Amino acid sequence: MTARTLFEKVWSQHVVENLALDVDLLFIDRHLMHDLGGGDAIFQIRQRGLKVRQPNLTFATPDHVVETAPGRTGGIAPWADDTIALLRKQTHESGIHLFDLGQNSQGIIHVIGPEQGISLPGTTIVCGDSHTCTHGAMGAIAFGIGTTEVQHVLATQTLQQKKPKTMRVEFAGKTPPGVAAKDMILALIGHIGTAGGTGYAIEYCGTAIEALDMESRLTLCNLSIECGAKVGMIAPDQITIDWLKDRPFSPKGDNWQSAIQYWSTLISDSGAVFDKSVVIDCSKLSPYITWGTSPEQVISVTQTIPLLEEAGSSVQKQAWQDALDYMGLQAGQQIIGTPIQRVFIGSCTNSRLNDLRLAAAVIQGRQVANHVTAWVVPGSMQVKHQAESEGLDQIFKTAGFEWREPGCSLCVGANGELIAPGERCVSTSNRNFTGRQGPGARTHLASPEMAAAAALAGKIVDHRNF
Amino acid sequence: MEKFEVFTAVAAPFVHANVDTDRIIRIERCARVARKDMGLWAFEAERLMPDGTQNPDFILNRDPFKSTGILIASENFGCGSSREMAVWAIAGMGIRCVIAPSFGEIFFGNCFQNGLLPIQLPHEDITAIQTQLLNRAATNDHQQISLTVNLIQQTIVTPWRHDYSFHVDPLRRISLLEGLDPIGLTLKSLPAIEAFEAQSKGRRPWIWTHPTLPA
Ligand code: SF4
Repeated sequence: MTARTLFEKVWSQHVVENLALDVDLLFIDRHLMHDLGGGDAIFQIRQRGLKVRQPNLTFATPDHVVETAPGRTGGIAPWADDTIALLRKQTHESGIHLFDLGQNSQGIIHVIGPEQGISLPGTTIVCGDSHTCTHGAMGAIAFGIGTTEVQHVLATQTLQQKKPKTMRVEFAGKTPPGVAAKDMILALIGHIGTAGGTGYAIEYCGTAIEALDMESRLTLCNLSIECGAKVGMIAPDQITIDWLKDRPFSPKGDNWQSAIQYWSTLISDSGAVFDKSVVIDCSKLSPYITWGTSPEQVISVTQTIPLLEEAGSSVQKQAWQDALDYMGLQAGQQIIGTPIQRVFIGSCTNSRLNDLRLAAAVIQGRQVANHVTAWVVPGSMQVKHQAESEGLDQIFKTAGFEWREPGCSLCVGANGELIAPGERCVSTSNRNFTGRQGPGARTHLASPEMAAAAALAGKIVDHRNF
Repeated sequence: MEKFEVFTAVAAPFVHANVDTDRIIRIERCARVARKDMGLWAFEAERLMPDGTQNPDFILNRDPFKSTGILIASENFGCGSSREMAVWAIAGMGIRCVIAPSFGEIFFGNCFQNGLLPIQLPHEDITAIQTQLLNRAATNDHQQISLTVNLIQQTIVTPWRHDYSFHVDPLRRISLLEGLDPIGLTLKSLPAIEAFEAQSKGRRPWIWTHPTLPA
């Protein structure tokens, strides 16, 4: 038998029907839904007289429009409450499991999927959200879809999909201390660009990937879409299996045994051919931070912002100039020392327990700078409770951070929580687009440790010598 | 879904790389604006002034590009979020075709779901078309800047007689040409889906069993 990639093994297991050259009708094992459009999508197919085909393979939670202030009960505005109410009503009437506000399981959909043991190796996972690629860290083919496709999955439990090409990204060697998964993936995006992965399913491998704990792998896969790839996956190993064992929705008993037996086959065969290959030498990496309005506009924190002459084309040069104007920065300037006003530790990228532990270790016993407003928004109720049981909330609060309720919050501001125009924020999220955190807001993407150090210093610093 | 066969309209150059879907439609509009009104908010931050009036400097607000139906965009157009509202917003402005060297993948797929045709052309061709359009804009003659996109023949006809051919995936092409509804189409495969499910339950029972289900 020919050698196959991890991606091909999982894909071929889900082909219901071949529709055309490289186009298959793909069965979807897990359909995740959220409040932004989720309720309406169910409503729309029911309007058409169709039913949700597999409610038991569909899971939902409110995360985008929920308020995250302590003690919240819904959204900030009535329209958000209506959105949440619609999701509640439609999931209830269709028999879809909802991890609702106030429950111990609510959180950002890409945090709770793996955490609950819903996102499993060898599955196909979709959600009406581009960061569904996060779940690829479990060894799944997971990708974001649009509203029409959400309705398609609800009604048929399948999707028509063109088979992507495959790309192997090897993170070779060992990362130096203080370099996180976030830095690894930002380095890759800086290297191949935001369109470098378009049309590909990426498999991340190499010694530095094998060394990552599960939560760091989720962080890394989360930014696959930021290099253009809908899918980014990591072969399941003992770390994956240990992490999934005994989670609420993980298989149990005989099912667990047969599942892990199958999962152990989910590796790319030696000799499997990829359409493209990239190697990143991890021993050379340092903490990264974005300077512009695209994730590819990223540098090591020790570097200076590139000169316009270094741009590869006139279009890129214009994009850099626009980004510098928007960000209020100069080409050639040091990024270290740039004053900031806001810090956001949260989002489906970096809001898991390990992220909060790393940030707390930087903060412990120190104070947030006077002019900085700093937030921690845990990714889920479970993360929040675990962090509280370890006393992390106290460390953050004593230092002057706000300790908030789980949701997307400042990652996108869909709930009305925003950064003011002109304010500069170091954020652990995944997008620094113009206006992403609010009209005129300036976003610098970095790891939780970098964000924590910036909050204390009141400016961008290298957390390793802070 | 509205059919797409042959479409003639004013084409506008939109020379920005990595236009993300947040830029095309802001998140708060996604949640709060009805689909039919989404076009009013397309490219909001650059198209509208803070007081809500039209920004006269924005290319799609200016003559002769006000009535644009075809956007000639740059690399990686529609990257970022999966929000389909970005397609609704562009369609709401009267645009039915976007031509670019490359696209954000989810946006590209979303176009086909909404009767909007995204076409990939080589970078040099895009630059040539953008330059022609900019040079001809001064005449203010719509005919001089109108393209005809023919999905039946997969050609683009320009008034400067340099025509282009393009390729669209056969399935997607047929769906657009006939205005087919993808859900209706897939439901014809119901027996295959049922067979897959039955077989999957035997092969991978661990997908199908979880605590909310009776044991
Ligand atoms: S945290 Fe941000 S990126 Fe993640 S799902 Fe929410 S809005 Fe999207």
